[in-house]
Amino acid sequence: MSILLLTLFLPLAGFFVLLLLPRNSPLASPLARGIAILTAVLSWGLIAPALQSPATYTSSIDILWISSLGIHFHLGVDGISLWLVVLTTLLMVVGVWISDSLILERKKSFLALLLLFEFGLIGVFTALDLFVFYVFWEVALIPMYLMVGGWGGPRRVHAAVKFFLFTFLGSVMMLGAIIYIAAQAESFDYRQIIAGLSSGTLRFSSNEQLFLFLAFLLAFAIKIPIFPLHTWQPFAYEQAPAPATFLLAAVMSKMGTYGLVRFCMGLFPNAAHRCADWIIVLAITGIVYGACIAIVQSNIKRLIAYSSISHLGFIVLGLFTFDQRGADGAVYQMVAHGVSTGALFVLAGYLERRRGSMEIGDFGGIATVAPSLSSVFLIATLASIGLPALCNFVGEFLVLQGAANVHFWWAVYAATGVILSAIYMLWMYQRTFYGKAQGVNESLTDLTPSEWAPVLVLLVPLVWMGVYTQTFLPAISSANAQWISQSQARDEVQVKLYPALRPNGGLAPASISAALAGRVAK
Amino acid sequence: MNEINPPQAAEYLRFLPEIILIVAGALLMVLEGVTTTPAQKRRLGYFALAAIAAAMLGGVAANNNSGQAFHRMLTVDGYGTFFRELVLGVGFFCLLSSFEYLRREGAETGEFYALVLFSLVGQCILATANDLLMVFIGLEVSSIASYILAGFLRGDRRNNESALKYFLLGSFATAFLLYGMAWIYGILGSTNIDDIHNVLSGTDRIVPLPLIGMAAALTFVGFAFKVSAAPFQSWAPDVYQGAPAPVSAFLSAGPKAAAFAVFFRVFMTGFGPINGRWVPLVWACALLTMIIGNFAALAQTNVKRLLAYSSIAHAGYILVALTADSQVGMAAMMFYLASYGLMNVGVFAVINHVANRHEKFVHISDFAGLGKREPATAALLTVFVLSLIGVPLTGGFFAKFYVFRAALDSHLIWLTVLGLLNSAVAAYYYLKILAAVYMQEPGEATSTLQPLEPGLRLTIWATALGTLLLGIFPSALIGFVSNSAATVLGKLGP
Repeated sequence: MSILLLTLFLPLAGFFVLLLLPRNSPLASPLARGIAILTAVLSWGLIAPALQSPATYTSSIDILWISSLGIHFHLGVDGISLWLVVLTTLLMVVGVWISDSLILERKKSFLALLLLFEFGLIGVFTALDLFVFYVFWEVALIPMYLMVGGWGGPRRVHAAVKFFLFTFLGSVMMLGAIIYIAAQAESFDYRQIIAGLSSGTLRFSSNEQLFLFLAFLLAFAIKIPIFPLHTWQPFAYEQAPAPATFLLAAVMSKMGTYGLVRFCMGLFPNAAHRCADWIIVLAITGIVYGACIAIVQSNIKRLIAYSSISHLGFIVLGLFTFDQRGADGAVYQMVAHGVSTGALFVLAGYLERRRGSMEIGDFGGIATVAPSLSSVFLIATLASIGLPALCNFVGEFLVLQGAANVHFWWAVYAATGVILSAIYMLWMYQRTFYGKAQGVNESLTDLTPSEWAPVLVLLVPLVWMGVYTQTFLPAISSANAQWISQSQARDEVQVKLYPALRPNGGLAPASISAALAGRVAK
Repeated sequence: MNEINPPQAAEYLRFLPEIILIVAGALLMVLEGVTTTPAQKRRLGYFALAAIAAAMLGGVAANNNSGQAFHRMLTVDGYGTFFRELVLGVGFFCLLSSFEYLRREGAETGEFYALVLFSLVGQCILATANDLLMVFIGLEVSSIASYILAGFLRGDRRNNESALKYFLLGSFATAFLLYGMAWIYGILGSTNIDDIHNVLSGTDRIVPLPLIGMAAALTFVGFAFKVSAAPFQSWAPDVYQGAPAPVSAFLSAGPKAAAFAVFFRVFMTGFGPINGRWVPLVWACALLTMIIGNFAALAQTNVKRLLAYSSIAHAGYILVALTADSQVGMAAMMFYLASYGLMNVGVFAVINHVANRHEKFVHISDFAGLGKREPATAALLTVFVLSLIGVPLTGGFFAKFYVFRAALDSHLIWLTVLGLLNSAVAAYYYLKILAAVYMQEPGEATSTLQPLEPGLRLTIWATALGTLLLGIFPSALIGFVSNSAATVLGKLGP
């Protein structure tokens, strides 16, 4: 029995078992926790094979699913998806754990939805068949919609519907693109399509590539979200119950960034090149915009939400530099952002439960009454700012380095986001934790042992990723090198095919598009 | 062709489902007079169910012996059998879920069951019709029974309004259809669909195209009416809202499937050779139907009316398959109607359960808190709603996927893009149901819910499982529908 299959279907089995349990069964929490932990442990079994050959798909499963359309249930893990799967299963342990104390009613249903969500996420990060990818993409959406709408704040229904509609609108366009590609390629298989594209048996005109790329991009850009498609996000983060916010920020946004690497870059490198400048402008705008808006937020959850927009901008920037370092930094940042923002949202959830509010103005002086909580919050805050020796530093540094390699001023603009992040995070920290505790704040309690456990689970990778990058980076690098080299190879092939079109042997971008145009004409 | 051959035994066998239904229906009318107690009436219902099951078996027997019957009036092929079984299945579950409804309203009678059987006879004839005359007969048999069913609760004003509207507008549409058929007979000298195809595709064509185009347009109007395609959709919301819930379920799935079956057969085979003329028309009609259905549904608060508009929107997606005008399109339409039948009958069964006496609770807000009161029913309702939205792992998703695949195969890129955007709009109004079920506190309707009656329970579970099965393992059905479509289009030759 393949370990990937077990990792994937264990949460689904858990979902069904939880559904069948009676409503207030005391078994629900331990069972969900056990399944989440077991899934996490199982997912570590994927690490060794993937580290051995990170540029190929290991632990793969390939089962014929819908024979009449040639759809295979094809999954595999490479250096990029590996760490995202491990991140997902780890964060899900945290998610299930904190739900125990943060979700008070209909706990069983909530835990069941969490496990269904985990099933969808693992599937998204490992799918190697476009159809299967789409299926998991939507499977992950439904439980999140129900969690936000069923357990969230006062305007939860509105937030949930907005969240669903935005993401669904993006994904139907992606569905159209998938059908179109499959009709041309006569296969849904990611690797076959890539092989067809690189051998030239499968060709799309440059306009086709552009539109297909944009259809995928729309789905991913909404999910990440990239400015200006972010309007659903702060609202959803604010209204969602704490564990759902935690997962939305920490892992669901990675569905989008992962999709960018795997599908936008993998399938349409030329179109991605063509649009790179525009997308980088949006990414940098998002970095600065998110940071500026975060400064003026009065609600902690909203502040972290806007800071997320800013941090996710770095990931997009790194990917679209098409530079090895930039891409490595981007993928590293996907995992690091999951851990650091995850930690912030977990701790924010604890604060919210204690105080019943997320308004910064309601807090103050927490450091004296809850010193441990304040210390770990400070660590998470510093990680988010990008302090060296903590996880975010590595990713953002590499992204900026990659951006500087390609275009120095991009790095300069993006770096302002790092400075701004210090302003909004530290200011928020100061107002929340320092000063004199007054009123209800005087009686707030410190972390309990059961609250410590998930915090520790997050602190370990937070530091590990900051000080020992060699665990993670080589696998990410070689997987990235693969698509970067492929994208360059395909460019060169096209130029070489039409030497006559190359003015003076130059490699100007104009000649590439001229070559493409020539191919279309033929 | 003019010599009169008495029909052979094999031809009667091909007509077996209809024979069973007619005999059983007539028997029910007789037995109705001699039964008095509700328990006896209920037994008549079981008898009708048994008759439908027998007809389904008869359909299988007919399919094993496929071919034409009664001077090429009927064609029993995979396509026809598929629709026979589909409408019979819809009829079976609608009947099963109507027992509780009729008991609640104090209207248990054998007539109801007999009318359902007669309506099914008409739909079965439509499924296999190979001659425009049979199309007309099937349509009338099906419709007249349906008109009565829509107004079955005579004391209820909404029922009366529904029946009257359905009758007046339906007859009007049938008149168009009949007029079109008359034109065709006048121009081509035959009403047989194969003959129409042969004459139109003949090389020595002396057919005046404007005239035949006019005739095709008239039949198009008739069919568009029956499948509630825009701009002839305005009857559907009033009829579905007013009719008894099980009848609404029946009308939106059964007659519609049969009408689509004949719509596709007539246009893709009979009028296939002049497809350049009608495809642009259907293109516009499909787009308009999707847009009107989805956007009008956004504002609805009555669940039955909302589903009526949703049914219009779904007709639009199916018309996209007709626009594709290909074998894949035909197969996609068959798959779509199968999954639509399942999810729609299921969702109406849940409405039937919540609605209570005199359909007091059919507002979206009446579903509030269903998730707390009856988690299992709510979960199954979720399956239906997700399927209607088109979320993966449900039949509704795969159906949409298949339709848009057919459309892209035929290079209908804009129609696909607009259709996909439409399905995103549709998510909004379906989510309102889910939001009520899971995100609001129980109200009067869900607090006073009666326990789920066995017939309804069976209907809901069976249709939900079917919906999931079509979504997760669609292979077997895809194989069947694409073979059937290939047979229908293949026998025509190049």
